[in-house]
Amino acid sequence: MTFWEKLYLPEIARGLGITFKMLIGPKMTIQYPEEKYHPGGYYRGRPVLVLDEDGERCVACGLCSRVCPPLAIEVRAGETDREKERYPVKFEINMLRCIFCGLCEEVCPEEAIVMSKDLEMVFENRESAILGKEKLLVPVAQLQDRLEYLRMHQYYEPPARAQDA
Amino acid sequence: MELLVDFLIGFLKALIVLFLVILPGASGAVYFERRIAAWIQMRIGPNRVGPYGLLQPIADVIKLIFKEDIIPAAADKRFHFLAPLISITITVAVFAVIPFGHYVVINGEPVYLGVAPNVHVGILYVLAMTSMGVYGLTLAGWASNNKYSLLGGLRSSAQMISYELAMGLSIVALLMVTGTPNLMEIVEQQAGWRWNVLYQPLGFLIFLVASFAETNRTPFDLPEAEPELVGGYHTEYTGMKFGMFFLAEYGNVIAASAMMTALFFGGWQVPFLPELLGLQEGSVALALLQVASFTIKVAIFVFFFIWVRWTVPRFRYDQLMRLGWKVLFPLSLANVLITGLVMLIN
Ligand code: SF4
Ligand code: SF4
Repeated sequence: MTFWEKLYLPEIARGLGITFKMLIGPKMTIQYPEEKYHPGGYYRGRPVLVLDEDGERCVACGLCSRVCPPLAIEVRAGETDREKERYPVKFEINMLRCIFCGLCEEVCPEEAIVMSKDLEMVFENRESAILGKEKLLVPVAQLQDRLEYLRMHQYYEPPARAQDA
Repeated sequence: MELLVDFLIGFLKALIVLFLVILPGASGAVYFERRIAAWIQMRIGPNRVGPYGLLQPIADVIKLIFKEDIIPAAADKRFHFLAPLISITITVAVFAVIPFGHYVVINGEPVYLGVAPNVHVGILYVLAMTSMGVYGLTLAGWASNNKYSLLGGLRSSAQMISYELAMGLSIVALLMVTGTPNLMEIVEQQAGWRWNVLYQPLGFLIFLVASFAETNRTPFDLPEAEPELVGGYHTEYTGMKFGMFFLAEYGNVIAASAMMTALFFGGWQVPFLPELLGLQEGSVALALLQVASFTIKVAIFVFFFIWVRWTVPRFRYDQLMRLGWKVLFPLSLANVLITGLVMLIN
């Protein structure tokens, strides 16, 4: 070290300069209740079921339920007359258990369950924290960001869909 | 009768200083500490309680008052109780000799602004008080009967003793220049930009570094180094007793800033404005101006203390000791020598 460096004071002055710049510079904080956070497609919020124009995508294969680490998902399958003849009679996610890992989304063969941007989850009792199909189904139009993000970042070929063509 | 009046005036001044200077000053310093820390870290900081979060310190105090007061089973109860009291008492006591302004004439008698700013031994009194302050911390560490507290207390005593030397010697050089330890006279001598910092730049630097160590502020906050000592000497303190240590720390910061202002930066002197406005010595307007000047200077120093805290990382213990004994101590001795030589030549 040179004498100037050993003196230590010039470096302290430089550091003070940097912190002063920070002091008057722009701030990162979002003033939450007044100002909302609008994340991009990268965000893993509340998992939801995708609702297409012709109904729900889920075929009740149960893979998500199987992979879910805290066992938050419960699926019961039923039959329909459609081409994909299975559908979930009951689909419940217990939000008290969910850890937002996104494994359900990753494993789903139908791209039927995705992580939404919903980050405000308030429940007044335990029962209302178990979300049924009526709360889980979200129109596909609202989930475009996430679906695009998944297609850019996932390694497998997503299932071909009519509207993609 | 005269004695009684003097006593009452002194008592009144002490009350005013306590409730209008120390308490608001310390809570203001806490608020700005948090705000500035946040700004430096690109956050906003407390802004919810009251306008701009200004009532945050009050909310903090209310919270502290309602906390459970825990005394560890193995602690020495008397000293555990006594330690925060010593800390806060000594902090408050330092303010007794600080001159906040010159004087106002009431009933033909000059009333000096400050509890007792005209004490002959002003500086010695401050040095004595600050070196007593270490008892509070050491006792707290000892009485808590906890290894982290004890280490914190030990560190504080070692640190204070090492830095007191450098601080004392920097003041010796200053006293050679001023020729009096009376704080009021020292400030009076600095009229019209004849600030002592211009005659004693090195002395000021030493005093500044030493006062960081004396007040246990980063980069010398080893007695409460969180990563290694949990909370240091106040690990075992809760509620208002912890609050007292907290208050004492900020009180000390303000006291140190006031000392630096009074000793090196012209204290309450207002340059050229009084002549411009034609204010008379002893008038209330001039006194207010002087108090404002003093307050602004002190506030700048307090800001500097906070600013440094969020910039410079903590020293290691051996580095601290090396700086104290091998750098500051010889430097302050050299400063005394040079000052003496220059005075001899002149
Ligand atoms: S995000 Fe993870 S925890 Fe939540 S439902 Fe999906 S798999 Fe289960
Ligand atoms: S959401 Fe996907 S993985 Fe889960 S049951 Fe439906 S189709 Fe299967």
